[in-house]
Amino acid sequence: MSITLNGKAYKLPEDVSTVQQLLEHLELSKRIVIVEVNKEIVQKDQYDHPIRERDQVEMIHFVGGG
Amino acid sequence: MNSRYSRQELFKLIGEKGQKKICQAHVLIIGAGALGSASAEMLVRAGVGKLTIVDRDILDWSNLQRQQLYTEKDVIDQLPKAVAAKKRLYEINSTVDIETIVADVTAENAEELVSGKTLIVDATDNIETRLLMNDASRKLGIPFFMGAVVASYGLTYPIGLGELPCLHCLLDTLPPQTLTCDTAGVISPIIQVVAAHQVANVFKYLVGEEVDSKLKSFDLWTGEQAAIDVTPLRRSDCPSCSKDASYPFLSKESQTRTAVLCGRDTVQLTLPPDREVELRQFAEAIHPIVTGLICNMHLVACNFNGHRIVLFRDGRMLIHGTKDVVKAKMIASKLMG
Repeated sequence: MSITLNGKAYKLPEDVSTVQQLLEHLELSKRIVIVEVNKEIVQKDQYDHPIRERDQVEMIHFVGGG
Repeated sequence: MNSRYSRQELFKLIGEKGQKKICQAHVLIIGAGALGSASAEMLVRAGVGKLTIVDRDILDWSNLQRQQLYTEKDVIDQLPKAVAAKKRLYEINSTVDIETIVADVTAENAEELVSGKTLIVDATDNIETRLLMNDASRKLGIPFFMGAVVASYGLTYPIGLGELPCLHCLLDTLPPQTLTCDTAGVISPIIQVVAAHQVANVFKYLVGEEVDSKLKSFDLWTGEQAAIDVTPLRRSDCPSCSKDASYPFLSKESQTRTAVLCGRDTVQLTLPPDREVELRQFAEAIHPIVTGLICNMHLVACNFNGHRIVLFRDGRMLIHGTKDVVKAKMIASKLMG
């Protein structure tokens, strides 16, 4: 499945079909992340939200440096 | 028209009127590292009226790759960053009133630092100080232009404008570990991108234009970019920005507590009670930059910059080889963010 992730084309492995699985795949599941799918924010308790072909996903994670 | 600010005044959306507003502003920058250097230089060149820079650190060779205000001589002279910054900024624009404070930003001094300022620019290196400034910003009603970087990645978000969520709304819990420039490295171009977005927003705010209020991220290496309208994440019961806010990070209890262990040349830091400790994740993050690393179910121990460091599962961190609590907190920030 192909999606757009943070503005770039991104090919998902077959076993990734929810926001939670995508966060795990990107090694972001233990970080604080703001997630948007097709311009709608996905709240933390809805991370079983499906990800479908051609979805536009944006993920911003917090970092500490400055 | 060749006066100092002529090119900025020729830019129609600022103009002479906007320049006057910029010249009347008193900006507080928290941190004089990479982001702080970049923001300070832009703001001083742009002619802000007064700039206050707070930083607790002294210069080190590893700063010169990206912290644009500093020179080899400053490192050799072991200058505090805020002092070296003032020296360079005065050479750039002697008409700006520059105040430097060499201090740790804590729950005790946060409100005093923020009070009377036009706005705050974030250039700190850890999440705890950001949440502290977020609370001070919300309590005193002074906007806080957040920015953070690591590796080739950075993010920006302006706090305190209109009905937008504050940082506490977005974070709700303290992360166990954030990536830091000392664990994951950082390249200089991302500093410029993040500081540029922060300062552009500062200019817009000062001249009364609408500020770009999205949470934004940039990765200069992968080319990824994101911009999210976070309005739906505003919490009506947020302890930091709702009507009944208690500003928890301004209380001493929510800060990292420090104690010098008598006769042991050791500082004990106790992380805030709601900060989760993930020993394995911590060990993985620091692995590239420490030696003698031990990780078991009770603790992580390692050697870093000549100090033996032990983090216990209950959130206590021992930093051996110093009695200086500020230095100990800096080491913790470098390792944990």
